[in-house]
Amino acid sequence: MKDLAAPQTRAIGLETVGMTKVFGPLVALDDVSINVAPGSFHALLGENGAGKSTLVKCILGFYQPTRGTILVNGAEARIPTPAAARDIGIGMVYQHFTLVPCLSVAENLVIARGDKAPVIDWKAEKAALTAFMDRMPFRVPLETPVSALSAGEKQKLEILKQLYLNQHFLILDEPTSVLTPGEADQVLGLLRGMTEAGEITVLMITHKFREVTAFADAVSVLRRGRQVGGGPVSEMSTDAMSRLMIGEAEVRPPEARAEGVASDLQLELTALYVDDDEGLPAVEALDLKVRGGEIVGVAGVSGNGQSELVEAITGQRPLKDGRIFINGKPFEATRRDYHGFKVFGLPEEPLRNAAVRRMTVAENIAFRAFDRPPMAGLGWWLKPAQMRRRAAELIAAYRVKTPSTETPIENLSGGNVQRAVLARELSQDVRVLIVANPCFGLDFVSVAEIRAQIVAARNRGAAVLLVSEDLDEILELSDRVAVMSGGRIVHIAPGAEADRQTIGKYMAGHA
Amino acid sequence: MMPEAALQTVLIAMLGGAIRVSTPYLFVALGETITEKSGRINLGLEGNLVLGAMVAYALSFHTGLPWLGVAGAFAAGLVLGLLHGTICSLPKVNDIAVGIALMSFGIGIAFFFGKPYIQPQAPRLEGLALGEWSSNPALRQALQINPLFFLGLVIAVALWWALANTRPGLILRMTGDSEPSARAMGVNPVRVRILATVLGGGLAGIGGSFLSLSYPGSWNEGLSSGQGLMAVALVIFARWNPLRCVWAALLFGAAGALGPALQSVGISQGYYFFNAAPYILTLFIMVASARSGVAAHAAPGELSIVK
Ligand SMILES: Nc1ncnc2c1ncn2[C@@H]1O[C@H](COP(=O)(O)OP(=O)(O)OP(=O)(O)O)[C@@H](O)[C@H]1O
Ligand SMILES: [Mg+2]
Repeated sequence: MKDLAAPQTRAIGLETVGMTKVFGPLVALDDVSINVAPGSFHALLGENGAGKSTLVKCILGFYQPTRGTILVNGAEARIPTPAAARDIGIGMVYQHFTLVPCLSVAENLVIARGDKAPVIDWKAEKAALTAFMDRMPFRVPLETPVSALSAGEKQKLEILKQLYLNQHFLILDEPTSVLTPGEADQVLGLLRGMTEAGEITVLMITHKFREVTAFADAVSVLRRGRQVGGGPVSEMSTDAMSRLMIGEAEVRPPEARAEGVASDLQLELTALYVDDDEGLPAVEALDLKVRGGEIVGVAGVSGNGQSELVEAITGQRPLKDGRIFINGKPFEATRRDYHGFKVFGLPEEPLRNAAVRRMTVAENIAFRAFDRPPMAGLGWWLKPAQMRRRAAELIAAYRVKTPSTETPIENLSGGNVQRAVLARELSQDVRVLIVANPCFGLDFVSVAEIRAQIVAARNRGAAVLLVSEDLDEILELSDRVAVMSGGRIVHIAPGAEADRQTIGKYMAGHA
Repeated sequence: MMPEAALQTVLIAMLGGAIRVSTPYLFVALGETITEKSGRINLGLEGNLVLGAMVAYALSFHTGLPWLGVAGAFAAGLVLGLLHGTICSLPKVNDIAVGIALMSFGIGIAFFFGKPYIQPQAPRLEGLALGEWSSNPALRQALQINPLFFLGLVIAVALWWALANTRPGLILRMTGDSEPSARAMGVNPVRVRILATVLGGGLAGIGGSFLSLSYPGSWNEGLSSGQGLMAVALVIFARWNPLRCVWAALLFGAAGALGPALQSVGISQGYYFFNAAPYILTLFIMVASARSGVAAHAAPGELSIVK
């Protein structure tokens, strides 16, 4: 391939001129011109649905812009396909993963290179890959199949892959949402170093101001598809950036925690055992009680059984042993019990776990109630008009940005899928709420909104089980903090007494 | 007859039978493996098998060259595979339905054009006599092994190697496991799937030529007894691994040889029951693998039954 035969060693500069992208009635991008200087670390900010992903997908050749051009190192470039972008030296780390689960790490790297030699000389490749990994500040085991990697490892591998491909312009779409703050600093620090050395240019989409101020040189801000400002990071305060992002919109203040909420509710998990996909134990002998009017936060490093626990409670995974009780009565993850006990849930990755991709926003919002009056008569006669009306109300109330109620939910931006599911789950009388990583990939306005909603549900007497990898979130919201490690609860402390050091130690399994 | 001798006879007959009966299973299973690795299911390989059998027999009869018949069967299988591959690439087409339609189509044209070849005798593919060293006639007979069996073994090993060590092999696995990743890398999944279906169809055609040119070794309309369909179950049992396909095919072959082997020592009671062994085996395998998390895990992620 061209970039391997004559490796380009310099960072690439890139400019978009008047980029516009129209999806049917929706103008997702409107005349956006940003300039990313070679060797700079450029941050792209904007609220959920602002058009950030759309902009970079146009640069990558995934979408063809309706209007506008791209200049690479000052010369106009035509990028009809992602492969063309790769050949120019533009690589992307996506919001969702593009690794092939059944292939090993080494196979994923080698196949990504796209050269034409039919037979792979594994001995030489392995040697080269090991040498490459040795130069990197973090490593991923080469022989492991990607399906067995944790989310953090996958994210690192995505970045390693671009570096391995010798790309000199890296686009990162929310690269740190699945990393711990320590890992995030490590990864971004490495990229920062490479930009300073003039080897690569980075364009990063993020929702975290901390990362912008710590690592980026310049920012551009999008709002509703329009470019509303930008400049060197040194000349902009966090406050100025957030005002550019949301304009006149209000950020919801944190919901005050009501003291002594009276509730006779009790959620009880007793001796739960759950297996992972490979049939190995993921959750073992887990006991946990959550009272009404209380938020119990489960902290833990990703991959310690939290996903399996949530999946088992919500019926996506069989319980190998143990029972769940609500007020002493056994709870099964059936539609009847969900309705009867008023149990609601926000699983992680809502597009996969709580929505049907190709069904419309209205249909997805109706899942909880489509077979009951007023949305259905006689228990089977559906009333789509009612569904649409209710969906429209909730879309307005929860500020879901969608072209219409009839758009397939997969076309919504990541944050708006989350809001749509939230609208469905929180708009009713909630008694038990199971929440997993509710703020992944959300902008600060949505984060404030969702956290306030969770606390409000607690104040109304609901029992809330919050599973999150974001320790700040746990500490902010929880009445009691539990730490999960190796499939067990290893530590429980009242939220007021929980301190970061102790919890960190238990999370790492060192206590 | 002494029970020990009888047992020996049964075992030898089952060994020979397993090798003979397994050959068509093996080819169809390898073909299906290639197709399913690309993320598509071809349920119509039974059609390729029957058409391949007919074409091979007819060509061998007209030219006197059985190997030309094998090549013809391969070609016929390729054409049916191409048909399946292209039809399934149209939007909103279900590969399972198309497979069943093409199965009927393949069997139908094979019967239509095959009428004149039911009576005549065509030259057969001769087996290699590998049992000359033995004085036991039963063993000598069992070790009359057809070269197509070895061809199948070679293809299985080559496929297994290629899936891990060649770029096309990795691209095939990638396309079958995650279409978005394939697209992100500039691979055209539609093309990969058509190629995989074509090649898989060709292999199934070769399996058919074994039926008509070696064992049973004639052409008639009752030639195949659903081997093409059972091979699909076999692929699941083999967890999409070509080497395990060999073992699975031998197991199915042995099950199929059970009835005749018992009959050869005079046990004819329950003959029909023992002849049903492969079907019962299929049923058990389907039930067992439907419950097994491991099989579900090994399945290519893009298969329409997995999604
Ligand atoms: N293929 C598509 N068809 C129709 N509309 C789309 C499509 N892709 C994106 N959109 C719409 O374009 C708008 C911008 O989406 P985009 O994914 O670029 O947002 P984003 O800034 O990346 O948001 P987030 O922070 O939530 O990821 C959204 O309103 C979305 O619904
Ligand atoms: Mg996005």
